[in-house]
Amino acid sequence: MKTFGLKLVQFFKPMFKFLSKSETKVVEFLEKKDRTTVLFLAPYVLLFITFIVIPVGLAFALSFTYFNGIQAPRFNGIDNYLYILTEDEIFMKTILPNTLLFSFIVGPGGYMLSFMLAWILSQITPKMRTFLALIIYSPSMTAGVAIAVVWKIIFSGNEQGLTNSLLLRLSLINEPLQFLQNPDYLMPIMILVSIWSSMGVGFLAILAGLLNVNKDLYEAAYIDGLRNRFQEIFYITIPSIKKQMMFSAVMSIVGTFSAGAIGVALSGANPTPQNSGQMIINHIEDYGILRSEMGVAAALSVLLLLLILGFSKFFQKILKEDD
Amino acid sequence: MTGINFNPQTFHKSQIKFYLILLPFAIFMAMPIVYIFSTAFKPIYELFAFPPRFLVQQPTLKNFRDLFVFVGYGLPVMKFIVNSLIVTLLVVFSSVLFSSMAGYILSKKNFKGRKLLFEINKLALMFVPIAVTIPRFLVITNIGIIDTMFAHVLPMIAIPVGLFLVKQFIDQIPNELIEAAKVDGAGDFYIYTKIIVPLSMPAIATIAILSFQATWNNTETSTLFVNDEIKQTFAFYMATLTNISNSVAAAGIGAAATLIMFLPNLIIFIIMQSRVMSTMSHSGLK
Repeated sequence: MKTFGLKLVQFFKPMFKFLSKSETKVVEFLEKKDRTTVLFLAPYVLLFITFIVIPVGLAFALSFTYFNGIQAPRFNGIDNYLYILTEDEIFMKTILPNTLLFSFIVGPGGYMLSFMLAWILSQITPKMRTFLALIIYSPSMTAGVAIAVVWKIIFSGNEQGLTNSLLLRLSLINEPLQFLQNPDYLMPIMILVSIWSSMGVGFLAILAGLLNVNKDLYEAAYIDGLRNRFQEIFYITIPSIKKQMMFSAVMSIVGTFSAGAIGVALSGANPTPQNSGQMIINHIEDYGILRSEMGVAAALSVLLLLLILGFSKFFQKILKEDD
Repeated sequence: MTGINFNPQTFHKSQIKFYLILLPFAIFMAMPIVYIFSTAFKPIYELFAFPPRFLVQQPTLKNFRDLFVFVGYGLPVMKFIVNSLIVTLLVVFSSVLFSSMAGYILSKKNFKGRKLLFEINKLALMFVPIAVTIPRFLVITNIGIIDTMFAHVLPMIAIPVGLFLVKQFIDQIPNELIEAAKVDGAGDFYIYTKIIVPLSMPAIATIAILSFQATWNNTETSTLFVNDEIKQTFAFYMATLTNISNSVAAAGIGAAATLIMFLPNLIIFIIMQSRVMSTMSHSGLK
């Protein structure tokens, strides 16, 4: 137990180190009388620490405790993690597979689609490009509630629903399908909806990057024997906009994992029908808010953040090795 | 074939193939939004019609009137819209001001920890707020802003992507410009207001849009941090409205509400799109 405690302290050390470091830095600023630097940075940094750094640190700390929200948290080591990985059957059987399936399709799928659409948009005239880019970007503005409203009407479970009436008229079905309540349909619909709304900031970044590639590069490459447009994309275009692609990838990974909540919004229930659309995000809410098992919820949050970090680092590595 | 055919200024028949791919996607993307527009203006008998028509036949404003007389929690809808407006304006203003101030310092000042701060902010690009709602709730309770309007505003102001984009943009402003102003005796405040802000308007417009979208569409703060109905936002009100009623009749009111949610986003983006694009070209992440 003692060695474990020691390990834990070492584990936390970087965080404390950072906090004490920043404190000495603040003192240094004030001593230098460089007050504007502090003054200009302070509002953002304070809010950033209060609402991002501390919550993440707190989630990390609470993940090692039993905490029901009423009594003080009680240290219980890695019990929560063990519980999630070994005893929480739903997590291993449905939540994690759901999250991974969803993110492997929506993440890379949405990302490749946004690259493809942005590249094609860069090949047409400016006025049409602006118009079509606006249309493709606009679904990402319907974040959250609005998305659910739009698609609930389209996939409504009675015959007045757009999809149902279309299928009925084509005689593909005899009675309306309960799209959003049926475990077989919920996940595919979630994937469709999320890809539909995923052409956001990352898509704009790639498009802007494409439009700013130096035209001389292409000219020179063709003189050097570049033969077709595919070579052009792989040898010139992608290397030139690598940084924008990285930014876009991070945005797409974050977007994908946050979009997970869409299942609950669409089906109107947490847990979703037979957990078919259940993601880590919903599972956190289920434990934390509905069951008041905040320690377990915190451990799930940490796992989710690590998953996002892992994916981003992995992608970064792929793009770097391309060099 | 010469390869210099991106960003063409005139139409050529070789571009037709691109339109053939783009148009189906554009239609897929636009269809749900067009359908919401159309549904919002449908009279009740068209909402119940079978087969349903995609486009409205006899447009009416009845859904909007119903929405505005619809009384949720004994409060008129207008109250929630006003709340949303106040919250959103406060967040957009503060987030633009604070990010651009911090962006100026991070970009143009040398101080210890500058790199570290930027790296931490870059790491926070991967931050997902809904993953840590419970710790955020604990923080908000402990600093005593639970159930106040501050609980809507304060958590939304620091946007790592916003600071990242504005810092990258300010990096493009030549240092000589700032040095020259300093020689003339200008202080930081003068440099910030007279040089940095005017020259980084595109990035500022982008933060404004990002924080507008995040706040205007946000339901989290109302769900978790504010119980007092009189202080809740329109997005949250809409979420409860659509959750209770799954029926087609409510779809009309729901669509009208969605339109009210969506239109401001669209209009602001259309006005500022060229500025956003110029910011995005500096969005590179190593």
